[in-house]
Amino acid sequence: MAGLFIDIKVAAEVAKNPETARKLEEVCPVGIFAARESGVEIVDDNLDECTLCDLCLEAAPSGSVEIIKLYEA
Amino acid sequence: MRFYEYEAKALFRKHRLPLGAGEVVNSADEARAAFGRLAGPAVLKSQVLSGGRMKAGAVKFADSADEAAAHFDAILPIVVKGESARSILIEEKSPVAQEYFVAITWDGRRKQPVLVFSDMGGIDIEEVAEKHPDHVSKTHFSSILPLTPRIAKEAIGATGVGGSALNKLTPIVFELMKIFLEYDLTLAEINPLARLENGQFIVLDGHIDMEAEARGEHKALLDELGIGDDETRQARPPTEFELAGARVNAVDHRGVAGNVVEFDGNLGLVIGAGGGSLTLFDAVRKHGGKPANYCEIGGNPSVGKAKELTKLILSKPGVEKIAVMMNVVSNTRVDIVARGVVKGCIEAGKDPAETIAIFRIPGAWEDEGFKILEKYGVEYCDRSVSMYDAAGRAVAKMA
Amino acid sequence: MSILISKDTRFIVQGITGREAVNLTRENLDYGAKIVGGVTPGRAGRDVYGVPVYDCVRDVVEAHGQIEGSVVSVPPRFTKDAVFEALENGIQLIVVVTENIPRREVAQMVELANLRGARIIGPNCLGMISPEEAKMGGVGGPAANTRQAYAKGHIGVMSRSGGMTTKIASTLTAAGLGQSTCVSIGGDAIIGTTYAELMPLFEADPETHAIAIYSEPGGRMEAELAEWIQANNSRLPVVAFMAGRFMDEMKGMRFGHAGTIVEGKEDTTTEKIKRMEAAGISVAERIEEIPALLRKRLEEV
Repeated sequence: MAGLFIDIKVAAEVAKNPETARKLEEVCPVGIFAARESGVEIVDDNLDECTLCDLCLEAAPSGSVEIIKLYEA
Repeated sequence: MRFYEYEAKALFRKHRLPLGAGEVVNSADEARAAFGRLAGPAVLKSQVLSGGRMKAGAVKFADSADEAAAHFDAILPIVVKGESARSILIEEKSPVAQEYFVAITWDGRRKQPVLVFSDMGGIDIEEVAEKHPDHVSKTHFSSILPLTPRIAKEAIGATGVGGSALNKLTPIVFELMKIFLEYDLTLAEINPLARLENGQFIVLDGHIDMEAEARGEHKALLDELGIGDDETRQARPPTEFELAGARVNAVDHRGVAGNVVEFDGNLGLVIGAGGGSLTLFDAVRKHGGKPANYCEIGGNPSVGKAKELTKLILSKPGVEKIAVMMNVVSNTRVDIVARGVVKGCIEAGKDPAETIAIFRIPGAWEDEGFKILEKYGVEYCDRSVSMYDAAGRAVAKMA
Repeated sequence: MSILISKDTRFIVQGITGREAVNLTRENLDYGAKIVGGVTPGRAGRDVYGVPVYDCVRDVVEAHGQIEGSVVSVPPRFTKDAVFEALENGIQLIVVVTENIPRREVAQMVELANLRGARIIGPNCLGMISPEEAKMGGVGGPAANTRQAYAKGHIGVMSRSGGMTTKIASTLTAAGLGQSTCVSIGGDAIIGTTYAELMPLFEADPETHAIAIYSEPGGRMEAELAEWIQANNSRLPVVAFMAGRFMDEMKGMRFGHAGTIVEGKEDTTTEKIKRMEAAGISVAERIEEIPALLRKRLEEV
């Protein structure tokens, strides 16, 4: 489930990569990504805590992570 | 955070400072029984945090068990500066030959602990300092170099005390200095520290203040003394609302949101930070508004924390609307606070547009924040509206 | 000219991978700061917006040579050690952002700084800014907001509140009065550098022509400032804004900053205003009055 304000989508093939998952978990200062064996998992409870720091965009292949501001819709 | 006298003395006892016999009693019968265990005449003292209990008649002397019981009943109901007695301390009354004063506190200007010693104890130390400056010494000491008794000795000697008194006082004062630093105290005071007629030195009364920030660090001691987490020991006991605020703030370490102080008005305030809150509170009152609370948002609280704070304030009976106001923010983010208060209103089952009288937080990430407020129909303003005028607009909506 | 920092000041961020520090690193870089490295133990090899991360201060110094400053943004329990680490690696100017540090630890940091001839700003502060040169710490927020609020000029600003530093600066900027350097000194009972301790720096800075301060109840810092001004026959006119007047009625209660508690008569706003006015400091009742009061005082000089 998305947050009230923020949703984050990770492209399916990138989400499965354990290396990217680990990097995403490490860079996010508010714990939105959890690295699992199967790849990255989004921690729903933390989505609204997103600070729009964009470090996840830098950590993953270009265009594979998308931050959606639900209040802009 | 102030300790009661009996708690201060329990700490002193743990550190082997010399104390007379005594116990805490909670009924006239206990007072009677305790008197029997003491060697002679006794003193009964109301356990309150504020000073002035002698003047209020909450300290009495007893020569018999019956008298001790009667004094208990007389002292217990006495309210000292708005504060009821927690219990009564009954102690042996010893014949005193001389009284000394010793206190350690922080000097914010020197940024070091300062040891204040006087051989004229028992009375108001500021008065002694004024009338008999040569009987008061003030000695700063290092908080990082190893602590040795030398400083205590010099401080005592500086008031003209010598001979065996100097040698007997030095270890007591030195121990108090160690206690001060070890437990993050902001005040460690013994007054009076007495020389009895039999030559013995004992602690007659003591004050201990511990820094609130360091409570976690000294949990073991506080548990040992039975001081619960819910005892804030401010000038008045905390209300349920204030305790709930502290719990909100303790949820995570990110920023400050909580630290509420309850007032009885109808306008809830979600304001910040330290400086802005003071300024805004003054402004709301100046416009004739009735704040329901003081609070502060500081640093960069998480969305979750701002949300819980909002819900808490909205849950307070009589609160009709909230005003969300801060000065131009730098590290606090407008969008994060906006998310928090909007989410708080929604989770409290209220319409943010109706409930938020005004949102006036300009500064970091304001464009993002204003987009959120726009979407939920909340009235907001930027820095072109002063804090003072924003407070006025919020108050006007309460009419 | 300015005091404490200029565009050439090279500094590091301790705790750089934390949520706050990530934010302030980006903001400072955007404003032109020279951040040469960051420290988070166990995270060496990473980078934050292009700033390389090291495990300890020693490693940054080895890689980049001696560094002048550090912004410390680590949790309270680790702050003292982080500051000691900076000091023992020769860093001379340390901004401590963290709040809720017990007085004993602050006093220990300050004492070691004094022994090492270094200066601490804070704790519980947002650092400082020399407008249109550089900033060090979260003061002013994102670079775009900072440029809006701060302009280069001749007023020195000191404030116990980080937010009010920017509030006062933006009020001055809007009135056409720029600033030389603005320092958020911190809201705790014991801080590294007080108003009175910054005064000699402003006094020696030819670009500073007057001072504006934000003040609140609690402590003796305003009294110390008043004494300094009188004892040194300062050339600088000072205007102060005093918040928290409602607190005079509420002795012993703490509002806002840890240093804000009225313990004795000397701590009240009434008493502080009296002392400051006696030393020739003009006291504003509203922030909006500051520019006019400054102008009036500058004309008298």
